[in-house]
Amino acid sequence: MLSKLVQLSHYTELRENNVAATYEPIAATTLGSAASSITFSSIASTWTDLRLVLTAKGTSSNYPYMRFNSDSGSNYSLTRLQGDGSSAASGRQSNQTELFLINGSLDTTIPGLITVDIFSYAGSTYKTFLTTGSTDQNGVGYVVRIAGLWRSTSAITSVYLYTSPDQFAAGTTATLYGIKAA
Amino acid sequence: MPIIQGIIASSYKAGGSFESIATLTAAGGETSLTFSSIPSTYKALQIRGIVRNTNASTGWTGLKVQPNSATSTYADHRLSGNGTTASANGSTGRAFGLVDNSVPRDGNTASVFGTVIIDVIDYASTSKAKTFRNFTGVDINGTGIVNLTSFLWTDTTAISSIVLSPETDAFKAGSTFALYGIKGE
Repeated sequence: MLSKLVQLSHYTELRENNVAATYEPIAATTLGSAASSITFSSIASTWTDLRLVLTAKGTSSNYPYMRFNSDSGSNYSLTRLQGDGSSAASGRQSNQTELFLINGSLDTTIPGLITVDIFSYAGSTYKTFLTTGSTDQNGVGYVVRIAGLWRSTSAITSVYLYTSPDQFAAGTTATLYGIKAA
Repeated sequence: MPIIQGIIASSYKAGGSFESIATLTAAGGETSLTFSSIPSTYKALQIRGIVRNTNASTGWTGLKVQPNSATSTYADHRLSGNGTTASANGSTGRAFGLVDNSVPRDGNTASVFGTVIIDVIDYASTSKAKTFRNFTGVDINGTGIVNLTSFLWTDTTAISSIVLSPETDAFKAGSTFALYGIKGE
């Protein structure tokens, strides 16, 4: 398998026969050093759904967030279900300027696993997504499931991930997949 | 701040282990949608979709799933969070597999659809009952619900079709379900 970094806009040159696979990696990165953000940009409208898979650590116990298309307006909201090893709970955030990816902080040594399934990302309805967050640090941890909403009818062309405070630690990986329906 | 614009460029071949089988899109008003003639060649199936029903009220209802149009026998369990409370329940003896609280009604904010991911492994087995695992939810900015559900279809017949229906009323236009097959070794 050939592996290299290229511009997103050039990816079609590298697919065999230029045929989109059903479940296809669009872009991926592994941080060689700490970074305050990761951006997937120039996302084509080729697929039906997007899937983001993130294994993340923080340079401190910081919190990961996500925005679409650089929208920093109060257009994000979520409903969550979570368990922390002691109890199950549910919460909500409305009219947010960003999406809190998980209801907890990143660990500095043990990566947490986060997935985000974004449905009909190029369609004309508001954008809905399902998020899973999972981490266990041998005595501390949580599992969270989220239904989220970005109140925009625009197609998603970029995904911006960042932490606050501080940064994603080196070794953090992020992969964006496209899923194409028949 | 660094902007990572990258791709794993590869000789990635079309097709692969995760294949799209069919897509159903409601024109509006359908009381059911059916995936039929499902090939038996995969190890597992996944349904991904967005859904809304035509009822003019707010809130949400469930999604009924019936393999092979079967009206018996199903049991289900659910863990849900409504933004305030985590809750759980279950039932037996249903006439359909219930993916509860997954279909927002049409009286909610326009353009908001519920999301569903439904998985079933060994759907083509003729010796196993079928267990469906479901991750669904909807957020409507101030209200919403997220659900982890599972249901059992006690029949050992291979699944060759799946009927999807809102628990009440009909599908709103734009409700869409995509069926995927996952190959095994």
